[in-house]
Amino acid sequence: QCEEEWANFTPNWLLVRTKRKFSDNEDIVEENPVSIKVMSSYNLQRQSLLDMSLIKLQLCHMLAEPNLCRSVLIANTVRQIQEEMTLDGSWPVMTETLNTNQNPSDRLIATEILCRTSKDCEEEKTFSVVTYDNLHTEEVLEDSLCITSTEEVPVFLPNTFGAWEREDLKKNSDDSKPTDQVFGAFELKSPVATPDPSIDELFSDVDTSYYDLDTMLTGIHGTPKMGPYDLLDSLSSSHSPSSVTSNLSCRSDLNELDHIMEIIVGS
Amino acid sequence: GQMDTQTDLYERWSVTDHRWHFIDSQLLYIHYRGPDIISTVEFNHTGELLATGDKGGRVVIFQREQESKNQPHRRGEYNVYSTFQSHEPEFDYLKSLEIEEKINKIRWLPQQNAAYFLLSTNDKTVKLWKVSERGRRPEGYNLKDDDGRIRDPSTITMLRVPVLQPMDLMVEATPRRVFSNAHTYHINSISVNSDYETYMSADDLRINLWNLEITNRSFNIVDIKPANMEELTEVITAAEFHPNQCNTFVYSSSKGTIRLCDMRAAALCDKHSKFFEEPEDPSNRSFFSEIISSISDVKFSHSGRYMMTRDYLTVKVWDLNMESRPLETYQVHDYLRSKLCSLYENDCIFDKFECVWNGSDSVIMTGSYNNFFRMFDRNTKRDVTLEASRENSKPRAILKPRKVCVGGKRRKDEISVDSLDFSKKILHSAWHPSENIIAVAATNNLYIFQDKVN
Repeated sequence: QCEEEWANFTPNWLLVRTKRKFSDNEDIVEENPVSIKVMSSYNLQRQSLLDMSLIKLQLCHMLAEPNLCRSVLIANTVRQIQEEMTLDGSWPVMTETLNTNQNPSDRLIATEILCRTSKDCEEEKTFSVVTYDNLHTEEVLEDSLCITSTEEVPVFLPNTFGAWEREDLKKNSDDSKPTDQVFGAFELKSPVATPDPSIDELFSDVDTSYYDLDTMLTGIHGTPKMGPYDLLDSLSSSHSPSSVTSNLSCRSDLNELDHIMEIIVGS
Repeated sequence: GQMDTQTDLYERWSVTDHRWHFIDSQLLYIHYRGPDIISTVEFNHTGELLATGDKGGRVVIFQREQESKNQPHRRGEYNVYSTFQSHEPEFDYLKSLEIEEKINKIRWLPQQNAAYFLLSTNDKTVKLWKVSERGRRPEGYNLKDDDGRIRDPSTITMLRVPVLQPMDLMVEATPRRVFSNAHTYHINSISVNSDYETYMSADDLRINLWNLEITNRSFNIVDIKPANMEELTEVITAAEFHPNQCNTFVYSSSKGTIRLCDMRAAALCDKHSKFFEEPEDPSNRSFFSEIISSISDVKFSHSGRYMMTRDYLTVKVWDLNMESRPLETYQVHDYLRSKLCSLYENDCIFDKFECVWNGSDSVIMTGSYNNFFRMFDRNTKRDVTLEASRENSKPRAILKPRKVCVGGKRRKDEISVDSLDFSKKILHSAWHPSENIIAVAATNNLYIFQDKVN
């Protein structure tokens, strides 16, 4: 009884996603000079929550006997985010316009910065569209971040990778198909967009970043006017049938934007 | 009756006047050093003894001093009675894995003779310990001398009868049973049945039933492990036997539900007989909903009519006859609701707070951060926040209630949410079975508080 497998409960699709991230996905940015990024800060913060969760899961996976309760709760959180992203249609935009050559921790930093600068994320429905010029400066910034942060992570990366590899071998190709599809999509880089960010602004106010996240993702501040909470509500409940209708306008806005993006990117 | 007296007492000293105080700093405030964080606290059935287990695998038992007329202020002090190493760090060679010695739970057996018995468990192994006193020793053996050496047979010329001679009191702890090799996952709960013959041990996915006398066989009574571990979405977080129906037990889950099972129904209680779940409030929905609804502790009331569950932000009292929603819900630290993302990031959101009933089931207590703990009076609906801290509590001083300020202006004596210390948390506490004495573990420190006399 005690020889049972312990903690390989991490769903394969999580591992697949992370594995792919480190391999063959470095060529799309070059192919798409016109990268236009569209994303609400709610999506960004959801993305950073996802990244945070994936890092936690990876660390769990390294342990022979992780805290099972904690790991299961984190995996369920990831499932929930994935479900919501699939349903609210936020990920197809990313698929076509953006890619990632970063690991999750890099992106975490990148999105954190965005949370900080976007004080105006109060008005969630205004999506910020960034032109190529802006994007360029930002990419430089991100690159430098990548360098610093990858120096911090490699301690656990090779090991975990090995674990996933093994996990992957066990997997049969049948069940890998749908998950590949899903994660092929949203593993791609989250759009990092700020309206005209200045570097100084980006690095200011470091410690408050997660307060924004808190407000966004726990969504408890009972401000009656349209704020992050309302958007959260509409997005997070969008997959429950009862609320779909009430959020229809928001959803159709998103879909329309998706469509425009597809046209611009030429996919 | 006794229940009324208890309530009156509580009214008088705790909530109305906040008259908590240390009895004696030297003896009632016990300070552990080093890595030995207290991981469990438990009074025995009379309240005469208090056991703590720590991260280093040690069990420390405190005994209450007898009342003395000469020193009335020393009434009820708890002094160290016995200390022993219950669990040692082990190494699982098959899995290349270290098994921590940390004591996860201690449960006392009802006392049946002069000796005391307790169960202690780490992640994998439960042990039954006998704690007994020795005040006399035999002297005058024929074949060996008083030091235990064999005597030269030629010197033995007469036969004598050994006699028991008084000696300094010694407290011995001896391991009587070791229940091992039955848990693949980490044991989170043990509970002695009211038949006093069996007990159960629960890990993340299974619950086993043991006879206290038999170590090489246990019965699996709950198993929620899916055939494919990738489908695992729920774990068992706590389990307990009913205080007087020996066929009934409950277990709680990481999805915020409680299942009550009847062992008479089937050998394997995969089908619960009652399922307690509160419908989710859609207005509070967030990504953290499931995590904060995960139940960290479940405790039957002494009467057996109610049970109490603790989740991350609340403590709930359930009537065993009502499965649809809790009877009472108390907010422990609702001001953290807006900080959940940070608490997720720093892993505090996975902290497992325990909860306890007072002797008459009228007051409940549970812990929080910043060395704060909370008490809720079920009758008056009043509550109080107190602090277990060496700095803020002088010996015999009355404990001041603390208040956390939520937004807006901070008044004097209030502490703002942002300055709470999340490394100081009160996870474990215990309430004397019949008196208003509580034991609170704050990292390495054990605090014992008692209501003011007169």
